[in-house]
Amino acid sequence: MTGYAPSREFVHRRRRGAELVLMLLALAVGIGAYAAVGLGVKGRVPADLVGYSGWLAALALGAHVVVRLTAPYADPVLLPVVTALNGLGLAVIYRIDLASRTSLSAKQLMWTTLGVALFAAVLLLLKDHRRLQAYTYTLGFAAVFLLLLPLVPGLGREINGARIWIGVGGFSFQPGEVAKVALVIAFAGYLVLHRDALALAGRRVVGIDFPRGRDLGPILAMWLVSLAVLVFQRDLGSSLLFFGLFLVMLYVATERPGWLIVGGALFGAGALVAYSLFPHVQSRVEGWLDPFGDTESFGQIVEGLYGMAYGGLVGRGLGQGEPWRIPFSYSDFIVAAVGEELGLTGMIALLLMFGLIVERALRTALICRDGFGKLVATGLGVVFALQVFVVVGGVTKLIPLTGLTTPFMSYGGSSMIANWVVIGLLLRISDQVRRPLPEARPLTADDATTVVRMR
Amino acid sequence: MQELTLMLIRFAYLAVLWIFVLGAISVIRSDMFGARVGAGPAPTRREQKAAEKEAKKSRPTKPPRGTPSRVVVVDGPTAGESIPLDQLPLLIGRGPDAAIRLDDDYVSTRHARIGASNDTFYVEDLGSTNGTYIGSQRLTQATAIQLGTQVRVGKTTLELKK
Repeated sequence: MTGYAPSREFVHRRRRGAELVLMLLALAVGIGAYAAVGLGVKGRVPADLVGYSGWLAALALGAHVVVRLTAPYADPVLLPVVTALNGLGLAVIYRIDLASRTSLSAKQLMWTTLGVALFAAVLLLLKDHRRLQAYTYTLGFAAVFLLLLPLVPGLGREINGARIWIGVGGFSFQPGEVAKVALVIAFAGYLVLHRDALALAGRRVVGIDFPRGRDLGPILAMWLVSLAVLVFQRDLGSSLLFFGLFLVMLYVATERPGWLIVGGALFGAGALVAYSLFPHVQSRVEGWLDPFGDTESFGQIVEGLYGMAYGGLVGRGLGQGEPWRIPFSYSDFIVAAVGEELGLTGMIALLLMFGLIVERALRTALICRDGFGKLVATGLGVVFALQVFVVVGGVTKLIPLTGLTTPFMSYGGSSMIANWVVIGLLLRISDQVRRPLPEARPLTADDATTVVRMR
Repeated sequence: MQELTLMLIRFAYLAVLWIFVLGAISVIRSDMFGARVGAGPAPTRREQKAAEKEAKKSRPTKPPRGTPSRVVVVDGPTAGESIPLDQLPLLIGRGPDAAIRLDDDYVSTRHARIGASNDTFYVEDLGSTNGTYIGSQRLTQATAIQLGTQVRVGKTTLELKK
């Protein structure tokens, strides 16, 4: 992390008008997809199209107005991109609803509403991201607590082999999704204080600086937490996400590739041990190397691959494919459903949108003036990048499949609200950093009563 | 629904998707290259206008056009008073013979004088106790003033206006 500061003269504009225009386009993406699904499946637009689009438009414009009022200098691209992804995700879930006679899209719309409300709450209540630094350890402990919560007997729920849910009343919730936001802030607060010790002490081996043994404490602790998530909750994806996040933030904070080597070695060792000890890890690797060898067990990957092949370059068209064949095509495999119905063309657009989110987050980190904000923005961007890489990589058979949600698209309330909070935080930071510096006026004795001169 | 219509919808939707993505990218592009690079932060038109107004008030280096016709008390106990500039020189002070009579405890009886030569106006301190200021400068000799130059006398600020 170099002390790059933007030149004093570079002045960002507010760009709220550009955001509004993009917002309208994003609504066209979301509502257009909904209408196209209805036309494709039933031959007519959905009966509730007006109500649905009105609700979506109210949410989107409401969010825009909140940004206009509370974060006028915030990044103009983030909110529209997120709106478009969310709208597209809702339409794809609705499409799978129509095929399998479920009503997940209505619930997802409710979660979206809650997410936008939390987004607005973040912007309204948090005036300065630096306030969060005071809660470094509180949030760190909260994150660990949340991660352990599903292991509490009676409260935790095991769904599809992973014990990452808690059930309260009729609702199930994934505390890990909230924990990842808390972890980013906790890591940032910790690293900004300790990065000098982590960066400067150490010895040099073959041209690369390796950290001191005693500084390995935090990275070992994080490694153990990730392993615990992997072992006790059997959640490969979250484990990889947490450890990868910590590693990247450590690297960004210290500028030392030595950490990446140490972390990579730890990750490799953990993965090898997990592979030799746990059957569920072995089966994931097997499904990655040769899914067609056992189409019974790895039907999901196979169906996903066939779906994307069927989609081809331009896709079958919304409502024209057969995405219901893929198990969990509304959550983990929603990307495969998009690939089938919108084709490679749609997939590239989708990945570009995720790329834009990450790019804007890193850009915010680059121009940020305080170390804490830099690290938080980087961490939030990396969370997105890792999550999308792990999910899309798993679905497209680039890496072993691990269960993680596709941000803003997969069905799931916890993920939806956590990601909206992430966007709220990113907009808050970017508003702070793009805001022009307060003008430093030279003090003059001009103000009527000043007679004494200090110099 | 006809095959052709569905195909049109399919391509139209992909087009909408890409228009959005390219729109977002073009906003990013203009964000990179469109930002104003100026001497000071003047990010919006509104703020720029406000800054210009401010500049006019505090550092009138650029002479505004037009000839002044009166002196106005812009700040102080007798703010708002306006005196025509037809009988020069004008005496400023607390005394009864002053043309600009200021009811200000920090102003001397005969404090300063405004005079003119060749269409240029001057202000000259007449040995006052608290001095006459332009900006932070205490006047020691007759000094030229223009439209908008703020002259401070005691707690009072005077300005030439059209």
